[in-house]
Amino acid sequence: MRDYHEADKTILEIINLKLWYKVYKGYSKVLDGVNLTVRKGEKVGIVGEAGCGKTTTVKSILGIIPEKRYVIPEGQIVYKGRDVLEMSERELNGIRSGEISMIYQEPAAALNPVFTIGQQMIDVVRYSSQGKGKSKKEQKEMVLRAINDVFIPDAERIFGFYPSQLSGGMKQRICIAMAIMTQRDLMIADEPGTALDVTIQDQVHRTLNELVEKRNMSLIMITHSLGVARELTDSINVMYAGNVVESAKTKDMFKRTLHPYTIGLMAAVPRLSGGGIQSGIYGSIPDYLYPPQGCRFAPRCRRATGECREQKPPVIDAGDGHLVACWHI
Amino acid sequence: MSDTILSIQNLKQYFNIGKKDGKPVYVKAVDDVSIDIRQGEVIGLVGESGSGKSTIAYSVIGMYEPSGGRILFQGQDLNLKGQKRTLAMKKDMQIVFQDPGSSLNSHQTIKEILELPLKVHKICRTKTEREQRVRELLDMVELPENYMFKTPDSIGGGEKQMVAIARALATEPKFIILDEPTSALDVSIQAKIISMLLKLQKEKNLTYLFITHDLSLMRNIATSVGILYLGKLAEVARTEEFFHRPEHPYTQMLISSLPVISDEEELLKPQKVKSTGEIPSPVNIPPGCSFHLRCPYVMDICKAEDPLMSYLDETHCLRCHLYSLKNSQEPEACGQ
Repeated sequence: MRDYHEADKTILEIINLKLWYKVYKGYSKVLDGVNLTVRKGEKVGIVGEAGCGKTTTVKSILGIIPEKRYVIPEGQIVYKGRDVLEMSERELNGIRSGEISMIYQEPAAALNPVFTIGQQMIDVVRYSSQGKGKSKKEQKEMVLRAINDVFIPDAERIFGFYPSQLSGGMKQRICIAMAIMTQRDLMIADEPGTALDVTIQDQVHRTLNELVEKRNMSLIMITHSLGVARELTDSINVMYAGNVVESAKTKDMFKRTLHPYTIGLMAAVPRLSGGGIQSGIYGSIPDYLYPPQGCRFAPRCRRATGECREQKPPVIDAGDGHLVACWHI
Repeated sequence: MSDTILSIQNLKQYFNIGKKDGKPVYVKAVDDVSIDIRQGEVIGLVGESGSGKSTIAYSVIGMYEPSGGRILFQGQDLNLKGQKRTLAMKKDMQIVFQDPGSSLNSHQTIKEILELPLKVHKICRTKTEREQRVRELLDMVELPENYMFKTPDSIGGGEKQMVAIARALATEPKFIILDEPTSALDVSIQAKIISMLLKLQKEKNLTYLFITHDLSLMRNIATSVGILYLGKLAEVARTEEFFHRPEHPYTQMLISSLPVISDEEELLKPQKVKSTGEIPSPVNIPPGCSFHLRCPYVMDICKAEDPLMSYLDETHCLRCHLYSLKNSQEPEACGQ
């Protein structure tokens, strides 16, 4: 285990994380050695298509996958110098209630329909390290301030509303308010705009971005959209089938795309400037029960050769911290 | 110039949702929409959720009977009083739905699914002919022949959508409605399906009504784009014009909200209009122009009067007081 220094500013480091889900036929080997670093105040994007393991990765940070369902044969998740995987449930609860917060994709599912917004938010305050022991009035004030912070006018009225009385965009704002209500160091946002219309998504993203910057929080932003990642993050990790295949500063990633999968993904995005639609990437993601032996992208890759099929590719630094996992760089 | 294949004229689609003070309350899902679609074109109908874009699709295909207005297909009125649509009318018009998981019967094999339209429309008489046709259809959507004996459950989401497209092609239609066919899929699969749809369109001279919320996608495939807001058309224009000279404040807001992946695209976004507010409930449509609550250029007249369609030129029309003041005309089908 490494020492945690404020100075080196690394707040979270995932090292070679492997996570297998237990299924009837054996192990579904979803994460295959994920590496990820988040520095203080940094906004990190995880971009990938459905089923690439991006949500599994962040859920494992908070330890919120039911324990019986998976095994972690290898890897570390080092948060502020300590391995999350070795923590007791009690210590984990401390992190969940005071250090890391999470926003989910579907705001309607994240809020309880039978309690008012106010009741649910008070609960978050009550069990957080900062809200404990405060009077009810102070707790309510914290909630109202948080609702104001996410640019919802008339906080007092919203406080008494049930989730069904709010629109999707409003609900997502409430979820953001819950996540920033107490001072946290890291926020994990799992596709916060995907379920929303494009104009609403734009507003929610702007709110999220402003708050994270103002409070100097670190952000892990999960998205399937390269465009969203480009607008909101400092660095991007592209995931494919349980591996981070390419990792770079956001600007660098778009200027110098190196991994064949990232190149294919970029080409598939319809452009506002026109130019037609490319043909996409041939094939589909592998069956995690029997994943390819070498590079997991090899079966779909045009550049694949013998060694790609036999051995996992090394992670190569292409300069400027631009990491690529490919044999042909 | 090619011929008009589908003409939607002042289509209204109201739904009764109960009574208030003894009077029936209606949701005006589609209110006075007119579009002309020519043979061989791809028309993109874009809008946020609740704007009525799917309702238009369902009215055209015949799932709803319109509350007002007419739909002409190849010059024929599709909704004559007291008459059902004939089989011949239905044959030329097909639809592909958003979620292939629920639009394909998971208890049938793909062969059975693809054979059904052939049986209904009596296209192939014998068993062997039908099987041959199913093979052809699978080949058209680039799926291997042995998929015939699989069920939808055992194939991927993208492949399911390919089967749904093959089913739509079975009757050799002239016109296909695509109701968000790729919005449930990943971009790499979306690209594959879209390029296949475009290839088929060229080969068979098909006409598409493409319903979507993805403006960037329309930029690349549509001939014309129409924007819907709360059941009414806000702006219609040729694609080039639409993206280089968006005139309606709502169009500008939509384009400026799009996440893009290059600086070049960033320059195309209108800078002045930032997205604000939310689409109101269609039950309580604001008086006057329905967009006035979110519009940055709102004037007094917008709160009181609903603007009429005004024409910038033959192919570009919009419903906004900023322009209707210049030259106002009676609303009619906004063609291309």
